[in-house]
Amino acid sequence: MTEQQRAGASGDVSLAGLSKHYGDFTAVRPMDLTIPAGSFFALLGASGCGKTTTLRMIAGLEQPSTGSVSIGDRDVTGLPPYKRPVNTVFQNYALFPHLSVADNVGFGLRRRGVKDTRKQVQDMLDLVELGHLAKRKPTQLSGGQQQRVAVARALINTPQVLLLDEPLGALDLKLRRQMQLELKRIQTDVGITFVHVTHDQEEAMTMADTIAVMNGGRIEQLGSPVELYEAPRTTFVANFLGQSNLVEAKVTGRADGDLLLDAQGNRLALPAARSAADGDHLVMGIRPEKITITYAADAKIADNRNRLDGGVIVDAAFIGVSTQYVVRMPWGQEFTVFEQNMERDPRLVPGATVILHWNPTHGFGLESGDLTAGIAEASEDAA
Amino acid sequence: MSALGTLGAGTTGGADTKVTEPKRRGRWVPYALLAPGLLWLVVFFAIPMVVQGSTSLQTGNLTKGYDLTWHWATYWDALDQYYPQFLRSFGYAAAATVMCLVIGYPLAYAIAFKAGKWRGMWLVLVIAPFFTSFLVRTLAWKTILADNGIVVDVLNKLHFTNVTAFLGLTQDDRVLATPLAVICGLTYNFLPFMVLPLYACLERIDPRLHEAAGDLYASPRTTFAKVTFPLSLPGVVSGTLLTFIPASGDYVNAQWLGSPDTGMAGNVIQTQFLRVLDYPTAAALSFILMLLIVLMVTAYIRKAGTEDLV
Repeated sequence: MTEQQRAGASGDVSLAGLSKHYGDFTAVRPMDLTIPAGSFFALLGASGCGKTTTLRMIAGLEQPSTGSVSIGDRDVTGLPPYKRPVNTVFQNYALFPHLSVADNVGFGLRRRGVKDTRKQVQDMLDLVELGHLAKRKPTQLSGGQQQRVAVARALINTPQVLLLDEPLGALDLKLRRQMQLELKRIQTDVGITFVHVTHDQEEAMTMADTIAVMNGGRIEQLGSPVELYEAPRTTFVANFLGQSNLVEAKVTGRADGDLLLDAQGNRLALPAARSAADGDHLVMGIRPEKITITYAADAKIADNRNRLDGGVIVDAAFIGVSTQYVVRMPWGQEFTVFEQNMERDPRLVPGATVILHWNPTHGFGLESGDLTAGIAEASEDAA
Repeated sequence: MSALGTLGAGTTGGADTKVTEPKRRGRWVPYALLAPGLLWLVVFFAIPMVVQGSTSLQTGNLTKGYDLTWHWATYWDALDQYYPQFLRSFGYAAAATVMCLVIGYPLAYAIAFKAGKWRGMWLVLVIAPFFTSFLVRTLAWKTILADNGIVVDVLNKLHFTNVTAFLGLTQDDRVLATPLAVICGLTYNFLPFMVLPLYACLERIDPRLHEAAGDLYASPRTTFAKVTFPLSLPGVVSGTLLTFIPASGDYVNAQWLGSPDTGMAGNVIQTQFLRVLDYPTAAALSFILMLLIVLMVTAYIRKAGTEDLV
């Protein structure tokens, strides 16, 4: 075990030119990716984006069409699953129905010739707080308990990498939140690399150190949750991870490290460092909660703020901590604005004319493209 | 049964409440659904059983008629005289069941996991023999195993018949009219009854369990031993029962493929009923056969301990 732990310390997962085709269909485009040892890494994307295929290629359950998978210094591309130092927590758990909880958890150890597994199994079950259910059959457990058995069954083998395929997909919302924190705690405790596949952006953001957002078999963007949220680099990421207001803009000049933009006749500023676009045309984005909404008549707005005039509130939804406004801009586009419920202006009701304004450093610039990319995927998964 | 039990409990609960509820409708539905099956069983199973039981305890002869004399000795005489046939019945049936399992398991496994889009076609092929009469199919084996046929020629050349002769299954380099022929016929005729329940059971196994076993360091062979096979046990149990029970009572294979030395219990019963016309002995033999099968099946199910089966 000590040998394995030492190997685990340098156990980066490296994918080099990894791809997968099924006939004419490309599930995963050639991908280079290094997952640092000990990190909690999430592959995030809508169904069919190639994230599960990527995970299965790391597990050895799927043979790549091209490229290689290495764990630490070892190329495992040609190895069958049972010879790889990885374990998987399967979607819907895949617990063995004919074995008790304890036998499920001890399965991997026994296959590797460990004689007396009882102590280790009991310790592992205690870690996931299921020690008292060791003798039950999986079908006698609740969904959350089954999920923890699946995690215990994989973790007991102290793999270099633990792969999690939508492990919380079958749980209800409340239990899912609880298990997210639980999994994060376990990962911190054991220090094993976790690679987590999910379609739930909140789940990925809650748990992962690093997220790779996948779309159409490619990684759209890789980064920490904060980076991805605050500085998305593609319209897909901007829309899929949280919500964004996106507007086409033309670069009209540069000053003090800022890009000066013309968006539908409005002059806006954007720090050049926050733009992922090179050309004269870009897409300017701003998150709904970064916008301040002000009743048009008493606008006293600082000069250094970006402002858009002439919006009309078409919908205001009070949801407790905040109010969500939908504002129709003069050029027909609808902006979403989240406002904290601190000093609510009673005049901000549907029909009111408002000014939207924000600190320019909160905006981000994207390469021109489909403004709605990622919206359908995000709402499909929420459903 | 349990449906009726729940229903009964439900009505009592309703009666306890003081509020006068409208009379619950549809209480008769479970009984109505049970009625055709129940009627069938009474007319074609329960009544014949009673008649047969009474016949087995009668004495007399065809010309003078029979009287119920509670003559239990018929049972002992029948058993004493025909126990070799009973032993042969169960021996041949067991051998055929084992052969069905050996042939049928890989077949069912291949159809369930490897056949892909050809699954349906394979299943049709498995049941295709049913489109022809049982008798015709058995008679065809007479030709297949004929003394001067290719099969026997090849078996002789391979000295296979020496091995089977040593085991007492064949004689004089021929297969027809030997125990081997009867066992082959039984195996052939009951193979679908083994394959279909096995297939149904294997097909229900979640393929992700195989992946999970592989992921947990089990080689394909270990995966089969520790996951696939244990999960297919209910199919093995129902397949062996569906093969063994009818095979023990069969007389067609022994009659057409065997010799007087390979007679099974079914042949004796047939002879007693239809040729010797000794009805009491025939009825007693039928009861003995039934009883022995029930005992063996009960012991087997107890041993296999499959709560999933029932």
